[in-house]
Amino acid sequence: MSQVEANAAQGRGAVSISGSAAGRDQPQTTRTRRTTFYGTLFRNELLTTFRRWRTIALLAVLAAVPILIGIAIKIETSDGGGVGPGGGGGGGPAFISQITNNGLFLVFTALAATLPFFLPMAIGVVAGDAIAGEANAGTLRYLLVAPAGRTRLLLTKYATTMTFCLVATLVVAVSALTVGAVLFPLGDLTTISGTQISFADGLGRALLIALVVAASLTGVAALGLFVSTLTTSGIAAMATTVGLLITIQILDQIPQLHALQPYFFSHYWLSFADLMRDPVYWDELVKNLGLQALYAAVFGSAAWARFTTKDISS
Amino acid sequence: MAPFETDDSTSTGEADDLRAGRRKAARYVVPVAVVGVAAATIGLVPALADSGDPDLPKISAQKLIEKIAASDVQQLSGTVKISTDLGLPDLGGLESSLTSGAGSSGDGSSADPSSKLTELASGTHTLRVAADGPDKQKVSLLEDAAEYSLIHDGKDVWGYDSQSNEVFHGTASKSTDKEELPATPKDLAEDALKAADDTTSVTVDGTAQVAGRDAYRLVIKPKDSGSTVGQITVAVDSKTGLPLKFTLTPSSGGAAVIDAGFTQVSFAKPAASTFDFTPPKGAKVTEEDASEAPSREHSDEDFTKGDEELSKGLDGLNVIGDGWDSIATFDTGGEGIPSGSEAGGGDVGGFIDSLGDKVSGKFGEGTVFKTRLINALITDDGKVYVGAVTKDALVKAADAAK
Repeated sequence: MSQVEANAAQGRGAVSISGSAAGRDQPQTTRTRRTTFYGTLFRNELLTTFRRWRTIALLAVLAAVPILIGIAIKIETSDGGGVGPGGGGGGGPAFISQITNNGLFLVFTALAATLPFFLPMAIGVVAGDAIAGEANAGTLRYLLVAPAGRTRLLLTKYATTMTFCLVATLVVAVSALTVGAVLFPLGDLTTISGTQISFADGLGRALLIALVVAASLTGVAALGLFVSTLTTSGIAAMATTVGLLITIQILDQIPQLHALQPYFFSHYWLSFADLMRDPVYWDELVKNLGLQALYAAVFGSAAWARFTTKDISS
Repeated sequence: MAPFETDDSTSTGEADDLRAGRRKAARYVVPVAVVGVAAATIGLVPALADSGDPDLPKISAQKLIEKIAASDVQQLSGTVKISTDLGLPDLGGLESSLTSGAGSSGDGSSADPSSKLTELASGTHTLRVAADGPDKQKVSLLEDAAEYSLIHDGKDVWGYDSQSNEVFHGTASKSTDKEELPATPKDLAEDALKAADDTTSVTVDGTAQVAGRDAYRLVIKPKDSGSTVGQITVAVDSKTGLPLKFTLTPSSGGAAVIDAGFTQVSFAKPAASTFDFTPPKGAKVTEEDASEAPSREHSDEDFTKGDEELSKGLDGLNVIGDGWDSIATFDTGGEGIPSGSEAGGGDVGGFIDSLGDKVSGKFGEGTVFKTRLINALITDDGKVYVGAVTKDALVKAADAAK
């Protein structure tokens, strides 16, 4: 807050909260006001998103997945047997056979189990709702009345969605770590290359993996945001995003399409497991992050082109 | 409330509409441009990065082979990509039953090396290789979110399958040192060079870049026309003499049957921890028992010889011809493979017929089973002819034997 602004606030009383009111009479302060407003906008968006029952329910479902996996494995192995049919392993999500020896592996298993569907579905709901939901509720034009501009509003919405990506991933990881620590022993762990690393190193890699998983979702987030600018129905945007997600996942399984598959946003998702190799195998991780950046750039700019030129009537 | 710079909806009049329309369209240029730049980058960067074949002093084939033989690379680490396309149908379960037929341990652990080697016989695989002297080697087969590692550290040989968390433990005999790395380009190249004699032309054909290193291309071609082997190309590192890439193309053309090469290689000493292995807690450890030892040696052989290996177990094996045209033949003494009609028609018979081609000649009738590299003729009177030769050469051999 500048001196001028503080004086203005004193002179004009409580009205100074409103940026537009101050901006009209005192152009010098407009810039500061806008910046402040931008910060507030992001905070407001975060609060609105994370206070929704829908968001809380999504996070609760995500937190429940590792709990279910942990309990299921605990029960299955309580008689001393191994995981999977005949103890032979091979089935189920990645790393599942190591969980009974080290609870930290539950983090990796839980992320591998939620990444293909639960996590992107949650992102699809939040991203699809971002613009279309406001339009549906008739609140979009009020948001645009504030002097933030459409580009800023869109960036704020994208930043909120990205924050949700990170929070959702961390919810899964922390829930899995807690369940793993309660039900299974912790300690030094063996990488999938067969070498030993310390528990601290393992925790560091788990955090890195959570960040990579969150980054893997930026492509879906941008896609959802673009879909969200196309329609004024929040439900339609969510359904379209989740539908696209499922379609892409199915297409990724069809061998005849192998030439196209490297360009599907979900193709390299499970490459986060490469962080558990020793030394780390970076090829596919880099491809994954590059692909996500490409999707974010393409659909982010498409969303910008659509949103800044569209007639907002609701 | 002033309208914002982006809010065009208040504009009226035709000229304004047109201008607004153009501005709207202009914004969509951005995502299209991003796609265009990305496509251009994906398309052009590999082409630009390919700085052409390196300029190296000329070398004779003889000298190059000596260089390979003299090559004494003790320490290296790198990534190897192996693509195998024998043109086989996806064998699935059949493949594993074939393995156990070839003398593997049957109910053995999934960490047993022999059960993993057959996986390499089809598709594309990425391997990581590390070596530090004759006593320490490691090969890892990278799988989806899992890895199979074979570690040789002194007298111990460990196999670790992270997918099932199973460990295989054996002891190394002297002879296994080299065989622990069955898929390095060096071993493959040596196998190819062994066959070099007057039936073969060996030439140096220019240079290439492999894994960022300058390499000579050694081309090995069979002189006989009946062989299914078109040519074998070995890229040899110009500095160390280490073969970096091995490509076998069939004479019928098309993609390489075997393409194995380093995609990344370093001659620095790998970290000592790479070769340390302690079985993880709770892992199922299978100890190699003495009766399994011979089967291990079998499986350590070059995996492309799987078909021949199978035939070795049978009696009465003869080899007709020499060099590339050599055909292995043996008598099963049986009735041969029942043809579709003899098997009573139905699904089974139809399936067998669909795998092979019926042929007839002076020798009688038989069925030819084809892959892109190895063909086999099984006559109706129970004789089997197998070789890396064309169908016609097999029929000719069968006729001659009559």
